[in-house]
Amino acid sequence: MSKRLSVPKTYKLFVGGAFLRSESGRTYEVVSRKGEFLANAALASRKDARDAVKAAAGAVKGWSGATAYNRGQVLYRVAEVLEGRRAQFIDEISRQTGASATAAAAEVDEAIDRWVWYAGWCDKFAQVSGGANPVAGPYFDISVPEPTGVVAVVAPQDTALLGIVSAIAPALVAGNTVVVIASQPHPLSAISLAEVLATSDLPAGVVNVLTGSPAELAPWLASHPDVHALDLVGAGDLDWIDLQIAAAETLTRVLPPEQGPDAAAPSLQRITAFTEIKTVWHTKSLV
Amino acid sequence: MSFLEYAPAPESRSVLHLRDEYGLFIDGEFRPGSGESFATISPADESHIATVAAASDADVDAAVAAARRAYDRTWSRMSGRDRGKYLFRIARLVQERARELAVAESLDNGKPIKESRDVDVPLVAAWFFYYAGWADKLDHAGYGANPRALGVAGQVIPWNFPLLMLAWKVAPALAAGNTVVIKPAETTPLSALVFAEILQQADLPPGVVNIVTGAGATGAAIVRHPDVDKVAFTGSTGVGREIAKAVAGTPKKLTLELGGKAANIVFEDAPIDQAIEGIVNGIFFNQGHVCCAGSRLLVQESIHDDVVDRLKTRLSTLRLGDPLDKNTDIGAINSAEQLQRIRELSRIGEDEGAERWSADCAIPDKGFWFPPTIFTNVQASHRIARDEIFGPVLSVLTFRTPAEAIEKANNTPYGLSAGIWSDKGSRILAVADRLRAGVIWANTFNRFDPSSPFGGYKESGYGREGGRHGLLAYLKGAAA
Repeated sequence: MSKRLSVPKTYKLFVGGAFLRSESGRTYEVVSRKGEFLANAALASRKDARDAVKAAAGAVKGWSGATAYNRGQVLYRVAEVLEGRRAQFIDEISRQTGASATAAAAEVDEAIDRWVWYAGWCDKFAQVSGGANPVAGPYFDISVPEPTGVVAVVAPQDTALLGIVSAIAPALVAGNTVVVIASQPHPLSAISLAEVLATSDLPAGVVNVLTGSPAELAPWLASHPDVHALDLVGAGDLDWIDLQIAAAETLTRVLPPEQGPDAAAPSLQRITAFTEIKTVWHTKSLV
Repeated sequence: MSFLEYAPAPESRSVLHLRDEYGLFIDGEFRPGSGESFATISPADESHIATVAAASDADVDAAVAAARRAYDRTWSRMSGRDRGKYLFRIARLVQERARELAVAESLDNGKPIKESRDVDVPLVAAWFFYYAGWADKLDHAGYGANPRALGVAGQVIPWNFPLLMLAWKVAPALAAGNTVVIKPAETTPLSALVFAEILQQADLPPGVVNIVTGAGATGAAIVRHPDVDKVAFTGSTGVGREIAKAVAGTPKKLTLELGGKAANIVFEDAPIDQAIEGIVNGIFFNQGHVCCAGSRLLVQESIHDDVVDRLKTRLSTLRLGDPLDKNTDIGAINSAEQLQRIRELSRIGEDEGAERWSADCAIPDKGFWFPPTIFTNVQASHRIARDEIFGPVLSVLTFRTPAEAIEKANNTPYGLSAGIWSDKGSRILAVADRLRAGVIWANTFNRFDPSSPFGGYKESGYGREGGRHGLLAYLKGAAA
């Protein structure tokens, strides 16, 4: 009896909740560390990037308007669904990066745990980063963090899963929506992660995943006026200063590149970096 | 004599002991600048006040070097408690010399003495007093235990609240353990130079605060200086954008407090008398030279005519004139250049079809003046509804539903502030939630407090000044 012939997956972009081929029709070959063919990933174009921003901008109102409790539950659901697909991710990471099964398992476990950690922050960080202001006058004065809006992310390039999770999860906590450029050499886990997101009650457009060339895509995202914050965590090998200069045109908030295994390490600052403090003064009547 | 005519009641200038010439304040003492010195004048009568040194690149180098030395040898090694004590001293000295500072400010800036006396200078003292108390409590600022200062802070401030903007910048920087090189605006250096004398009286260690006067080139030299670790700027969005580009790729931490075009939304159930006062305060406070000014009035259609009539009546009672007169409501426009911009945008407003009304007040012969002005029949596409005028000019637009008010209010690249007037608390909270602006005033406007974070969304900049959040701009986490 002959060995069963496998059914390989077509890896597409994830934009507006749908899995789409690049409008350009382009793909690029993803290979293992040993050079074996793994898949043809979509090579996203400028148009795809703009479509992704449009989807993300359209999703801000719903996601930022969801209760913090609800957002926390959705992020926790991501962890649950990812846990259920643990074996698939371990295998996929190993095939892309050549990591041992043990190392790949550790990466998946850490990624799952980070979703859990950030899920718990959703309904807590506002109390830590906001507060009542004791002004010298008859006013009720309070400061609260609000989401910045659309966050464009260049994911860490050296990992297949942990980097992208570490970058997008904190941006989602406050209610931002995300356009992320996946690792160029290891994009397959990012698209599989998109399948997890698509089945975790995350509304369409809240996370949009582009695969392809960060060098080609990032300038369009950096200069896009509907992108309100730019996380360059994985852009260390690009001409990232030019990206920061392009972002300055509309005063887009920028996080600089980070290198090494600690890139985008979990922190409260990663959440608050994509928030704006709103201070509301209200008069108190004299009684 | 009508009830509006008052006998002159000028504040005495005798409290002010100005020098004819001011140098740069570097390393604890005044020294000549190597740039071409310039005159600072009174915008109320264009009279000469003093000659002020301009800092060249070499002078900025010297100021940054002094700040670095003070940081390395003194300030970064001092306990938080002692840094706090210096700030408390400064707060007290500002209170002691409050009248003198107020007169200097009104003379140089053109703002009414009742504003400099009752708003600017008391807030300056409050700002130093507030941040003084933070200096030995930085573990609670938000970066965990043992946060670190950034080093040398380069700060560039505007001319609309000269000394208050200095306090907003210097107090949190010093409390967090940084040293400072600050540049006051070219047209309003005077109060900062009087403040330098206060630093001497407080015996602040030399080099902890360095004050360099000059124009845009001096500011650019500070921003671009390689030994500056932190840049803080308040001013126009155009300059802020250039600064953001200039520091791109450097490790400098940046905060920007930029322009605004705030909507002041008046619902038909608003407490109308308070709203009229709030609208007037929102746009005519400090001649409208306020980045968070309520320059776009959004009035519910049903009360538009009533509100506009009442506004015109109220504005007709405002007294425009000598900034040093205690009865003056509207002072001088800060500079000929700013007056030109206000005139130009007002002309464009008329050309685009809006209806102009100006209060009928006597304009002094000398100096820079612009009467309180209202434009009605303004469309959202008009320049006067989009561009920051930074003068006593109010654009009135209407709306029918709360949703329309919110959409119009947010229809701007700016996002600094907004006002809401309504007697319905639940509506205020719902609208406040949806306005994309950093400061929302409900049934009040233009309130400031050192404990209350202030700053913008979108192209109004990033970072906050005031409160715990204001400290974060001058700190980083503990060393790994």
